[in-house]
Amino acid sequence: MKKILALVLALALVVCAIPALAEEVAVMTKEEFSKAAVDDPVCVEAYVQGNQAWWEKDGIGQMTLYLQNEEDGYFAYNVQMTKEESEKLVPGTKIRISGFKAEWSGEIEIVDAKYEILEADPFIAEAEDVTALLGKDELADHMNEKVAFKGLKVAASKVDGKDDEFPFLYAWDGSGSRDANSDLYFNVELNGEVFTFTVESYLCGNDSDVYKAVEGLKIGDTIDCEGFLYWYNGPNPHITGATVTAAAE
Amino acid sequence: MTKRITAAFLALLMLFLLSGCHGKQSGSAFTVPDHFDGKTPLEIVFWAKNDTNKNQVAVYQQAIDGFQALYPNVTVNMRLYTDYGRIYNDVITNISTNTTPNVCISYPDHIATYLTGSNTVAALDDLMKDARFGLGGSEVRFDAPKAEEIVPEFLQECRIGERTYAMPYMRSTEALYINEDLVKKLGYEVPDIPTWDFVWEVSEKAMEQDEDGMFKVNGQKVLIPFIYKSTDNMMISMLKQLDAPYSTEAGEILIFNDTTKGLLEEIYVHGKSRAFSTFAISSYPGNFLNAGQCIFAIDSTAGATWMGSDAPLQDIHKEQVTRFNTRVTPIPQFHPDRLKMISQGPSVCVFSKENDQEVLASWLFVQYLLTNGIQLGYAETEGYLPVTTKAQNSAEYQDYLARKGEDNKEHYRVKIEASELLMKHTADTFVTPVFNGSASLRSAAGQLIENTVKGARRKQEMNDAFIDKLYDEVRSLYRLDQISGTKQTREIPTSSKAVLGLIAGVWVLIGIFKLREAGKNKTKQGK
Repeated sequence: MKKILALVLALALVVCAIPALAEEVAVMTKEEFSKAAVDDPVCVEAYVQGNQAWWEKDGIGQMTLYLQNEEDGYFAYNVQMTKEESEKLVPGTKIRISGFKAEWSGEIEIVDAKYEILEADPFIAEAEDVTALLGKDELADHMNEKVAFKGLKVAASKVDGKDDEFPFLYAWDGSGSRDANSDLYFNVELNGEVFTFTVESYLCGNDSDVYKAVEGLKIGDTIDCEGFLYWYNGPNPHITGATVTAAAE
Repeated sequence: MTKRITAAFLALLMLFLLSGCHGKQSGSAFTVPDHFDGKTPLEIVFWAKNDTNKNQVAVYQQAIDGFQALYPNVTVNMRLYTDYGRIYNDVITNISTNTTPNVCISYPDHIATYLTGSNTVAALDDLMKDARFGLGGSEVRFDAPKAEEIVPEFLQECRIGERTYAMPYMRSTEALYINEDLVKKLGYEVPDIPTWDFVWEVSEKAMEQDEDGMFKVNGQKVLIPFIYKSTDNMMISMLKQLDAPYSTEAGEILIFNDTTKGLLEEIYVHGKSRAFSTFAISSYPGNFLNAGQCIFAIDSTAGATWMGSDAPLQDIHKEQVTRFNTRVTPIPQFHPDRLKMISQGPSVCVFSKENDQEVLASWLFVQYLLTNGIQLGYAETEGYLPVTTKAQNSAEYQDYLARKGEDNKEHYRVKIEASELLMKHTADTFVTPVFNGSASLRSAAGQLIENTVKGARRKQEMNDAFIDKLYDEVRSLYRLDQISGTKQTREIPTSSKAVLGLIAGVWVLIGIFKLREAGKNKTKQGK
């Protein structure tokens, strides 16, 4: 009788554990993540490189993370967490994150994710110089990584319906303001091609050095930039640093 | 004696606690001052929302400049937002520190939550009808609309309980933007009022691919035939069209019902085939529509300037935009003979302040936002509709409508048709009951669809267990059990029932085993 009882209890445990086990996905390499289809479950171990501001919607706390390990960069969108939990995710922290692969306007993301903090030495990725890849399809291989662009010239931005030229705009169409902590949009030119870079204000707000640096740009300045290679219908880097290497004449 | 004092103290305490339950809703109403102090400098803070649209920002600024010229002792400081959710969060934070703005663009759902604070939103009823400072009052220094000149449906939306807590500012609804060329290519004609069956059928037909994986209808590798921007509205509108339960006026949550289940089962099928997706999952419907990668795009009429080949605002590269005829129709219907479409758009509320002059100045500014110049200026930036008949019937607005299609900027055809859609169907619009927690219920309605589509794409099976789990997760995520007025009998999910049954079975077996053991011991002792 004891044996039957033990067997039934073991069976009950297995039944309870099956759904949990089914959802477990092994930690993936860069190649495995890359091969996973959109909507497949994914799991990676990576280090926090940056985050957008923690916020609440309908009382649910969430934060978007920029992650990277020695192989690849990842963008984890709106990961649910409390304010207290978010404060533990300082740059360099290693986490194991499981969720689903998603693609939104070309940006590859991890969504509906859960994470756990792992014990490890902190790791901050070096920004890889991808200037030569600007305008080429190969740039997409570096999506979500920390990257650097060098020797770019600040090109003019215009507001629809006006002839005025600006070195940057508050919000994409110039409708924003510093007080509203609007994103900054600025154009850079390399070899005759123009690209739009963004200071995402939830990542680097109006009190950050990069926000102030971009506000100080002038058309024609030559700059070096670094940031996370975000994608929005094409490359749209979220810039975290900008330095003028040669001022406009 | 002590008992009497204690009783009196307790009675007072009860009164105090009860009065605190509903904040200003049941508290003393604002008293309109007998004059407006035109000398003492006053500063009012205005939190405004725009659709990341510089023309809208310019209209707000025009309103501030115009108002300050008329009331030189009043300074209006504007803070701009591009997201209602952020305004809501900031107001909630500022209620606790008593630093709310004076005037704020809001949704009634949000105002209902603000009203739970102790010093929150001013009731406007007395202000509205005041002979001097009320709507179109004798001492108002500009041509303000009278109460009867505000579209009654829109004004009614600003009433919470027995009082009016906001003025409508702009109104929009949702429209179905259709790539008519692709519909015809599939062998169909676009009806004036498409049904859900029509949209599902055409969407599925469009999924045919050639041997290279290209979609036959558009010759591209990408096609999502039907994309809905706001799944909150999608579920709410579907339920409304079917006269199915959603919530009561008192805040009882009724959405977790069999009609909802049936709708989710249908949506699952089209999510699985990938004929249907959402903004949250795939991106802006307009981007796919303009690239010829979407046939049916549902978005706000206030987003009409982004829709169509000739849209003045484009978010994709010029070379990706395809040429097609854009039809603007009401959202799909279950019963085309009794149309139902949502009414949405910003309203504007005034926060209570200790200084009555500050409240009065705020109210006058709100009235200024309702004047023709501001109403028309803002409405024409998008497919919005002015909220006053005074503005709608003005010669200027009629001329604007008549010039539809004259250019692809100010008179962009799709934008004006979107405004006309709401103008024509104002009587067919509806709003959902407003109560503390109704904003969460809205989000939950959308979450049901988002999770169903994700579940379908992630190869989860649709069955009772899926629905039970979904209902449970969404209830818990949005804390719907904690909303006042909620009376729910929650059925235990099937999977949980099975596990509980198993555990109960084990306990029964343990009981039998113990009884048998005891019986054996007795027998042994007897021997």
